[in-house]
This record gives sequence, C-alpha cells and structure tokens, in this order.
Amino acid sequence: MSGQKMEFPITWGMVIDIDKCTGCGACMASCQTENNVEPQREASNKLRSTSWMTVYELTNGKSFPDHDIAYLPRPCQQCGNPPCVSVCPVIATEKNENGGIVSQVYPRCIGCRYCVAACPYHVRYFGWFDPVWPEGMQKTLSPLTSVRPRGVVEKCTFCHHRWTLAKDAARANGKDPDNLDDGAYVTTCVQNCPSGALAFGDLKNPKHKVHELIKSPYAYRLLERLGTDTQVYYISRREWVRKLGDNYLKSE
Amino acid sequence: MEEKRSNSAGGVGGMVLCALIGFVGALVVGWVIFPKLLYSEKTQPIRFSHTVHAQLGIDCEQCHHLGPDGRFAGLPTTESCAECHGEETGETTANGKEIDKFVKDYVKTGVQVPWLVYQYQPDNVFFSHAAHRGFECTKCHLDVAKMDTPPAYYENRLSGYSKNTMKMWECERCHASMGTSNACYVCHK
Repeated sequence: MSGQKMEFPITWGMVIDIDKCTGCGACMASCQTENNVEPQREASNKLRSTSWMTVYELTNGKSFPDHDIAYLPRPCQQCGNPPCVSVCPVIATEKNENGGIVSQVYPRCIGCRYCVAACPYHVRYFGWFDPVWPEGMQKTLSPLTSVRPRGVVEKCTFCHHRWTLAKDAARANGKDPDNLDDGAYVTTCVQNCPSGALAFGDLKNPKHKVHELIKSPYAYRLLERLGTDTQVYYISRREWVRKLGDNYLKSE
Repeated sequence: MEEKRSNSAGGVGGMVLCALIGFVGALVVGWVIFPKLLYSEKTQPIRFSHTVHAQLGIDCEQCHHLGPDGRFAGLPTTESCAECHGEETGETTANGKEIDKFVKDYVKTGVQVPWLVYQYQPDNVFFSHAAHRGFECTKCHLDVAKMDTPPAYYENRLSGYSKNTMKMWECERCHASMGTSNACYVCHK
C-alpha cells in the first residue's frame, strides 16, 4: 500500500523510444479495439473521451530554424508505488500480483474518482455514460476484456489478458509459465507499432530486450522525482525532450 | 378469576402458535418460494447421457479438450458429435429417439446445440483450464459421468447466471489453501 514499494520477481515494463515515434496513433487505435473502448463520440473533448493509450505532442517552444517536436505515447505507467492504489477506499485497484501490473476491478469500483485525481500521469478515465457501439459494431467486441458500465474508472492494464493467454500457451507446450520467452507476451500497442518505437518485456529478465534498453544513458521516466518508480521507460537522445519528463528549476 | 387465568394462558399459547406459524412460514418463503421465484428451471436441449459415453470408455478430455494454444475448447461442436452420430438410427428406444432428434435438428441443419453451461463465469472472470489441469474435473464440476439425464439448469432471473457457477469465495479459499496468489488480476479481467 502507500509508502511501501513492492518488489516482484517479474516486472513487466515498456520502453518507448520517443525519437522513433512518428505520432501515427496506431497504438491508440489498436488499444481501443483490443480493450473494448467504445468508438469515441467526441474525441477532442478530453474530459469526456477515453483513451487508455494517448499520444501527446511535445514541442521545444522555439521558432523556425530551431523548432522541434516529439510524440510521447502514454500508457498506464504501472507505478512501483502507485498513488492511485493508496487512495482507493474500496480496494478496487491494487498492485499485488507478480508482474507489477496495477489492477482495476470494475465491479468493485464505486466511481469516487479519487484515483483519477491522484494519478500524476492522467491515465485513468471515468465512464460518464454507458458505452454504445454503433449497430453491427458490437460484433468487434473482444471476449478477453470485460466491458465497463458507466460510473467506474478504467485504465490501461498492459493487456493483462495477453499475459494469461501467454501463460496458458506456455503450459500447453510444456514450458514454464513464469519464465516466458521475450516476445511471448506483448501488449497490443507494442505489437502494432509500425516504427518499432515501443518495446515490452520483463525488466528483470536478462533474456528480455527491455532489460538492456533501460540501461541506456538516454533512458528516463516521467516525473521520476515523485518517487512513483514507474515501469514505463522513455528513451530520447534529445535533451529538451528528456527535460520535459520532469519538473526542473530554471537553475538546473 | 379462574376463567380469566385460563384466557391469559390461551393468549400465550395463541401467541406461541402464531410465532411458530410465522417462523415456519418465513422459512418456507426463504428456502422454497423465493428460490423458486429467483431461479428459472431449464432443461438441456438434448438429453445427452454422459453415462452412456463414459461406459464406452471415452475420457472427459476427448470431447472437452485444451486447444494447442492452451485455451479451453469447451463443449464439442455439432461436427465433432456428428463424427459418431452422423445418421439417424431409426431405433425406438428412448436413447435412439434422442439421437435421432439431435441428428435431425442439429447435424442435418448444421446448427450448434445451445447447451446450457452450468459453470459459465461472468464476463469479468478469466479462468484457465490449463493452469488447473492437475485437478480432477469433478473437483469443480458436477460428476455428470454418473448421470444418465443432465441435471436441471437453474438460471438466476436477475443476473442471468447459472446457480451452479463457482462463487468467488470458493476460488479464493482453494487458492489460499494452495498458497496461490489471490491478487485481483489472477482471475479478473
């Protein structure tokens, strides 16, 4: 719970190379279909739209010859010390499973939205209305993710159902479900990223690519100074991008 | 004086009798009438006899098997039943008639049988059969191999779920006794 960091033998993590991201939005689209997020009625209304994975546009704020932009895809950061968990009054969200994915159980959520307020990364979304799929589109619903009614909070789960499927496949093939191969479990955004900007794996497993990637001198995490100890790492060779990842004093 | 006393004794007796009737009535309402109202009784579309098939030496896993990716394939399709029951038997026995009904209604028309599944879990539950392969099927499921007629299916009129669905406390108790994690996402999605 609050204040104490939990350690797990497996730590699922994502590494996002911002310099490779073209801002195409394939991660957002694949996330919405994979996780049964309804087609958005008005996606430009950020208070009423849901997007577990969101791509932000960053700019260095300079004019023409020095102008530069970057795109920052933002899934749930799966904090090691999640601020959303400690504020939940009904234990609808927890970080207690091996793998370190912060869970969200919709039938238990009472919709108080404390977690929405507590999350410094704005990854949590509240369903103000019952989701509606246009006629015929309900056939695209996935049985692997449960559909949320109105009145509960939802967020990115690192496609947790894909992990359970990967573990089942490992069991069926006589492999160890707790020591999956690199790439046996990846989230849908990682799988569908056309530029290879996203990587996924066990941060603690030396056989996984992400284990090396997070050691890069260009790797950083968002709002690291808060002590949230997130499981999502970003890589950028541009210093101004890395500087936007946290709050710095002018003198720093 | 004596009359009055007997009256008050009769009053107490009457009250005890009323309380008893009320108590029994409440029990009847709670244990018989309310469940009858809450659950609708349904029968399987085909009177499939697990006993007959079990006596032929067919294991549970031959029809209810895991897929190559570890996903549970669930109930057999009409096509896999039709591998044995492709033609009408023309027999006049009760079993023969039931087979003919299956062949006529489902095999010839190519329709899947709308079997009622006693153990269907809610939408937000993920159950892995691959992870529980070490257990006997009957640890969780009804021992249908001993049943010639499938048991009645009770559907909760409010939730639409089966009465026999395994409850969360049952999953949790077994997980706790086995030392398996009871974290939310172990079972929920």
